[in-house]
Amino acid sequence: MKKTALWWLAAGMLSAACLPWFVNEDAQGPLSFLSGLGTEPGASLLIRVAVFSDAALWPIGLCLFALAAVCFSGLSGRRFAVALTSVSAVSLAVLVAYGLTADLPAGLSWGAFGLASSMLFLLTSGISSLRSANGDAFVVGLIGAVIVLVGLFVFFPIAHVMSEAFELPDGSYGVSRFFSLFFAKEVWHLSCLSGGGSCGPAVNSLFLAVCTGLATTMLGLAFALIATRSGFRAKRLLRMLTVLPIITPPFVIGLALILLFGRAGVVTDFAHEWFGFDKTRWVYGFTGVFVAQLLSFTPIAFLVLIGVVEGVSPSMEEASQTMRASRWQTFRHVSLPLMRPGLANAFLLGFIESLADFGNPLVLGGDFGVLSTEIYFAIVGAVSDSARAAVLGIVLLTMTLGAFLLQRWWLGSGSYATVTGKGDSGRHCHMSRGLKLTCYAVALPWAAFTAVVYSMIFFGSIVALWGYDNSFTLAHYTRAFGFDFSDGLSLNGAAWDSYFTTLKIAALAAPLTALVGLATAYLLVRRQFAGKQIFEFGTLLSFAIPGTVVGISYILAFNVPPIELTGTGAILIIAFMFRNMPVGVRGGVAAMSQLDKSLDEASVTLGANSFTTVRRVIAPLLGPAILAALVYSFVRAITSVSAVIFLVSARHNMATSFIVGRVENGEFGIAIAYSAVLIITMLVCIGLLQLIVGQRALYRADRKRKNQLSPQTATT
Amino acid sequence: MSSQSGRVQMQGVQKRYGEVQAVKDLNLTIEAGELVTLLGPSGCGKTTTLRMLAGLEDVSAGKITIGGQDVTLQAATYRNVAMVFQSYALFPHMTVMENVAYGLTVSNLPKRTVQAKAEAGLETVGLAGYGSRYPSELSGGQQQRVAVARAVVLEPEVLLFDEPLSNLDAKLRRHVREEIRQIQQDLGITALYVTHDQEEAMAVSDKIVVMCDGEIAQMGSPLELYTRPSSAFIADFIGDANLLPCRVAGVEGDSVDVEIGAVRVRSRSNQALGKTATLAVHPHNLELVDLGNLNVIPGTVRMAAYLGDHMEYAVECEAGELFVADHRMTHQHQRGDRVGVRVEAENTSVLPS
Repeated sequence: MKKTALWWLAAGMLSAACLPWFVNEDAQGPLSFLSGLGTEPGASLLIRVAVFSDAALWPIGLCLFALAAVCFSGLSGRRFAVALTSVSAVSLAVLVAYGLTADLPAGLSWGAFGLASSMLFLLTSGISSLRSANGDAFVVGLIGAVIVLVGLFVFFPIAHVMSEAFELPDGSYGVSRFFSLFFAKEVWHLSCLSGGGSCGPAVNSLFLAVCTGLATTMLGLAFALIATRSGFRAKRLLRMLTVLPIITPPFVIGLALILLFGRAGVVTDFAHEWFGFDKTRWVYGFTGVFVAQLLSFTPIAFLVLIGVVEGVSPSMEEASQTMRASRWQTFRHVSLPLMRPGLANAFLLGFIESLADFGNPLVLGGDFGVLSTEIYFAIVGAVSDSARAAVLGIVLLTMTLGAFLLQRWWLGSGSYATVTGKGDSGRHCHMSRGLKLTCYAVALPWAAFTAVVYSMIFFGSIVALWGYDNSFTLAHYTRAFGFDFSDGLSLNGAAWDSYFTTLKIAALAAPLTALVGLATAYLLVRRQFAGKQIFEFGTLLSFAIPGTVVGISYILAFNVPPIELTGTGAILIIAFMFRNMPVGVRGGVAAMSQLDKSLDEASVTLGANSFTTVRRVIAPLLGPAILAALVYSFVRAITSVSAVIFLVSARHNMATSFIVGRVENGEFGIAIAYSAVLIITMLVCIGLLQLIVGQRALYRADRKRKNQLSPQTATT
Repeated sequence: MSSQSGRVQMQGVQKRYGEVQAVKDLNLTIEAGELVTLLGPSGCGKTTTLRMLAGLEDVSAGKITIGGQDVTLQAATYRNVAMVFQSYALFPHMTVMENVAYGLTVSNLPKRTVQAKAEAGLETVGLAGYGSRYPSELSGGQQQRVAVARAVVLEPEVLLFDEPLSNLDAKLRRHVREEIRQIQQDLGITALYVTHDQEEAMAVSDKIVVMCDGEIAQMGSPLELYTRPSSAFIADFIGDANLLPCRVAGVEGDSVDVEIGAVRVRSRSNQALGKTATLAVHPHNLELVDLGNLNVIPGTVRMAAYLGDHMEYAVECEAGELFVADHRMTHQHQRGDRVGVRVEAENTSVLPS
């Protein structure tokens, strides 16, 4: 333990001596910081204190000395642990206080981060040796690292939004302005009910979210019932639906709907020519956004509800039938009540997704303003009003968090989970005739509609000018992705730049996301520690924070010292990491719950420490889960728009924000062509994943032991 | 393969989970080279005790020493113990050889030593030549032996078994438990063994510790527990004994005369007795005879089952229902027969009621 402490102390010393304390704008290139160390802006902590007499840094230097004194003191055992814990806790507090209160000339840089990490890990190794047998330096360090990262990149930015919202024009803080903005009539007014124009964005968002939540749950249930309890032949095709939301760039559905129902849309034209309907803009507004969200989120509800419907133990249905209940009675009185929590979960998921949705309202909203788009316009509009954006963000956050809390509370109380993990033989009974026909009548037309919408993406990308010049052309593709061999290979398409940036950033974000997500999953599944529930809640919270709120919170938090990140690629990577972390956590939790805990214990009793256990036992067995987490975080980073749109810069333009630009200019053709290319890119990625994981699964199947993978299916 | 087996002492060990006290003030000594079994119904704290010795659970209070060294605050990684798990917990992504060598490899021993020791380990359990297979390619019994080999190659001071046979079928169980006992005795390793199966416990143990509700109910050799149970719980749990309420008629040293109705039995007891007591009789110490005999308890056969080498009866009588295992197959009785139950006084004992 003392060895670990010395190691971290050395790392801290090194950071303090050799790494620049502040971000140095002059330094360009990877090793240029070395030459900058001698100048004031590029100096390290040590040099700033010694040469440039920066008084604000004195306390931190003293803390470092104190830590060294503890590490080299003759103390041992518990007294050393107590000393190390208390001194490093104080040091960390001093450093944080410095970052928050001191008047910093620039953002902190590697020196500060290195020193902070070393203090953090000195603290965690101190804490681990305070505790008895199961205090493990690796595990406590991991917990500390996840807490600090989540705190820094989820809670700290949200705190900034709060403080922006509570700040008064004169610089002091108070609630008066916040309340007047929070409950402002323009946010909440209900004039649409009385027939006078549109309602406030909060009302619109809420109404839309309730409608979307209900409708996606119904549709999802119909699909799930068909997929699991009918003799329907094309079940595999239905299951493909579940992949759609993952690979669909955010505007595509909105654009496809415009191509169908817009003023120049195919259906509009048809109705006009044959039935004499007027060409109107009806698709812009509530209806259009609602339909687009249904198309986008029904597959998510479907995915959740497949698990729920399958989770109802067949033996209960069989028991009901042996007691002479008909299929309909069985469904009505046994299966449906058992599914109720799952249905509530699906509803809340749809509700949250709808509230957080940015792409569809942006394209189709028209006058129908919702919170997520209003936040965007408050920032990028004619007058940038970050206080208004902050307050709207808080309104939105309140709603999503409310739904999230409700979901947690609902699932936490009275679990009806009927999957026991024991082999439950028996089969789900088929639906009654009436129910089956209803499901078919609802789901199949919808599936056909989805197919039409997605085929629009293909046609939209090769038609010259939709509705006016319907000739086929590849011009959109060549404009976006043109290349030229005349003088070697030159990529002269307009989209290449953002395409490669997107791939690069997504590729950098994916492993980090997977790492943080799986590490968190490991702690949640395998470790018991005080405050674990709060820890779990905090890590899953970022799921409930809408992307637009993340966007403005990052702008507000990371545009000024102590941490300046805006305009860099790093801010995009970090945003992706913490937006997509819940995906990795859930995947990891699901995979890890299937590994018998005695495998870890066997490894530990055989003399391996927990790091070795993770490296040699858990990680190899999680192979497919790791790969899946990698690919999904990669793909989600590509399709993400709501947070990204605030964070892109000229140097780091992303595909989705490029598409937003084209949409705003009315260049639908190129936007759709780009989306099609993204879809293909992601399909290739997922296909590769399936190939690799599929083969791995086969390769594992013949050496899988019956005890190791029990058929525990997570219900939700 | 040798082992510097150690003496284990658990002193005043407790384990609390919030309000629940899983283990209450446990004092237990395992002499070097001895195999001690923790036996008890599920939830009695036996597995918790084992896991505390392994270092997989924190100790709420008390002290654990292995070979004289205090390990109470030591993590599992650093304790010189090895464990055989109920599910075997073989690493499915490693070969048998890699599994057996795992503990040696992570201790950074030289490669050649690792190889040699792992091979010797596989030889000990009779699986030499199986090294390159994966666990899934072995039968349940073979997997179990790999788990044992993986534990013994570390030459631990203490070997722990957590219900090692519960995943095997009944026939194999007997065979594997003999092997386990053989290996443990050959290597002279101190061992703690957890099971809920009393037959298994009696077959493998030097000493059995019966636990109930987080406490030790009785400990002793299998013989002592079977013939001298200290409580009705032990008599029932170890010997499936019938517990008959009786009157104490006279005490002479440790021999006691008791009366069940009109029937008088000379039994023994080493505990202070009141006027009434409980007579513990093993099922095979009862036999069914004609009602006309002297000194028999009258009753009616409620259930009769033919089990090949013996008959099992449930006999309804005034004192309650008696469970009888009758090995004399010549006289078989039917359901509904009026019979007399004769008590073979030899192996009975009287317990305070």
